[in-house]
Amino acid sequence: MGIRIIKDKCIGCKVCVPVCPTGAITIVDKKAVIDLDKCTLCGACPSSCKFKAIEITKEEAHVVDKSKYKGIWVFAEQNESKVQGVAYELLGEAQKLAKDLNTKVSAVLLGGPDIEGQVNDVFAYGADVIYLAVAPELKHYSTLPYTRVISNLIEEYKPDIVIFGATTTGRDLASRIAARIRAGLTADCTGLSIDPKEKLLLQTRPAFGGNIMATITCRSHRPQMSTVRPKVMRKAEPDHKRKGEIVRVTPKIEKKDLVTELLEVIKDTTIKVNLAEAEIIVSGGRGLGAPENFKLVEELAGVIGGAVGASRATVDAGWISSHHQVGQTGKTVCPKLYIACGISGAIQHLAGMQSSDIIVAINKDPDAPIFKVATYGIVGNVFEVLPKLTKRLKELRG
Amino acid sequence: MNIIVCIKQVPATTQVKINPETNTLIREGVESIINPFDENAIETALQLKEKHGGKVTVITMGPPQAAQALRDAIALGIDDVILLSDRAFAGSDTWATSYTLASAIRKIGQFDIVICGKQAIDGDTAQVGPGVGEFLQIPQVTFAVGIEMNDGVMKVNRLLEDTNEVVRVKLPALITVVKQINTPRMPSFKGKIKAKSATITTWGAKDLNADENNIGLKGSPTSVVKIFTPPPKGGGEVLSGSVDEAVEKLVTKLRDRKVC
Repeated sequence: MGIRIIKDKCIGCKVCVPVCPTGAITIVDKKAVIDLDKCTLCGACPSSCKFKAIEITKEEAHVVDKSKYKGIWVFAEQNESKVQGVAYELLGEAQKLAKDLNTKVSAVLLGGPDIEGQVNDVFAYGADVIYLAVAPELKHYSTLPYTRVISNLIEEYKPDIVIFGATTTGRDLASRIAARIRAGLTADCTGLSIDPKEKLLLQTRPAFGGNIMATITCRSHRPQMSTVRPKVMRKAEPDHKRKGEIVRVTPKIEKKDLVTELLEVIKDTTIKVNLAEAEIIVSGGRGLGAPENFKLVEELAGVIGGAVGASRATVDAGWISSHHQVGQTGKTVCPKLYIACGISGAIQHLAGMQSSDIIVAINKDPDAPIFKVATYGIVGNVFEVLPKLTKRLKELRG
Repeated sequence: MNIIVCIKQVPATTQVKINPETNTLIREGVESIINPFDENAIETALQLKEKHGGKVTVITMGPPQAAQALRDAIALGIDDVILLSDRAFAGSDTWATSYTLASAIRKIGQFDIVICGKQAIDGDTAQVGPGVGEFLQIPQVTFAVGIEMNDGVMKVNRLLEDTNEVVRVKLPALITVVKQINTPRMPSFKGKIKAKSATITTWGAKDLNADENNIGLKGSPTSVVKIFTPPPKGGGEVLSGSVDEAVEKLVTKLRDRKVC
């Protein structure tokens, strides 16, 4: 087990040397040599080698009987007893994967008594089965009760794949479940597919702020678990005639699961459209010059039904609340349209928005890095461009 | 009060560059830093100690060079540090990392709070904090933006998508913190001197009594099968002309693509 250089294949081309994050590779006598004191077996170098001269072999410690694990599960995240959009996106994606695996899609829905009103929509968006757990303790998300119920369900029904939205709740929950049941978990995926040969789930995700992509598999453990970035997958057209099977589950929550108590939920009244769920985001940066100028951004967002985003600089300056912040220290978003107004495009900001479908940049500095990722750019003063753009779109939308 | 902070040494991503010829990431010569969110975790721990007394221990897992991150922590005023370094830990995914960190925390013994940054800026998983919580069998409160402590009970303000949530949890507990919780301090001159000469305790797999099937590559359920650089976005178009013309062009493009 471990890493080795296949000397016959290595031509000493040095391509792997700068790829290593820990500087463990050197070239000695025209062959790559790995310093094992520095190597962390991170997996970056083998795919950089065109000659397949670097090999990492892995011995699997725990091998489960994979034939016992079937079906794809989606965590139907709810907030205030309403299933979140990301869950419907995942049901749409799960249906595609299910075709390749010739299997069923199930939703896992936990909540208080009023959650029952959601089951028809969950079927409409693609669930064949709903595992429904209802209890007062499940009305609002809490890590330990949810972990208990879902881990028990997974152990009993043995799904092959379980996917969650990469939201604060999805990440908090999936991590805890994976640790408990010894499952492999891949965070914040932007692509899922099935390997045709081995029927493994191929999970593709950005790392290093989106500068590189990694494809990850889980060969010997089940279920294969992922969290998936909201807005990347598309919802299917809901079919309200669609029906399925409901499996009612009695939650076996233990007293030790109830050690955290929710005291208060504080709503941010400046949020009109949820950033993570928005199809369109209009974001403002320091180029707006002053906090009151955020209204230019808000007006445009209002006209086109978008959410308001912000760069870190404006949040740090206290111009707008941190729920609006996009970027590495704020939210990662992936809308159909992202309009960056007066944002220069620091790498930390780009990490949070560069996977958006269409990016529009408005900035007076033609050399601003935001233009490198922009689909369309306007070099100009935001104070001139924004009001005109808002006015024009308002006219056209009637 | 005994506080344990888990940190990670990461490459400073702002310096990461792409080699346009091979389309691979160049990480050579990139400075290694304490993961920025973990600096906030350290700051949170130091502020708790200043207010309530106690001891702060920082642990990290990594190759021998990760000792530098621990020296940086000492310079900030941390009491004790432990490096978890062993060839057998190499190749750990988040599951094996959580297991290893939790094994080390158990060996340390007494603790009231474990603090982690919400995620590391290289992997961006946010999975290790909750994993450590699970292995230690203690509750977790993630995405903390504020904490208050009273008689062994902690009140935590969590920063969520578009709300904040205030929860109460009994200690011992694990929290992960977001950037907005505080502004990390700078190292003091005295701290820097101390850091230079400090001996770094190093524990390997044997010291942790770790099950070899749960650590390193072997203990990791997930494997990286491919790493690639995403195709450059490119093809960006700067819309020229007067402001009116540029706006008109943009509106046409956006309407053609049916986005607004």
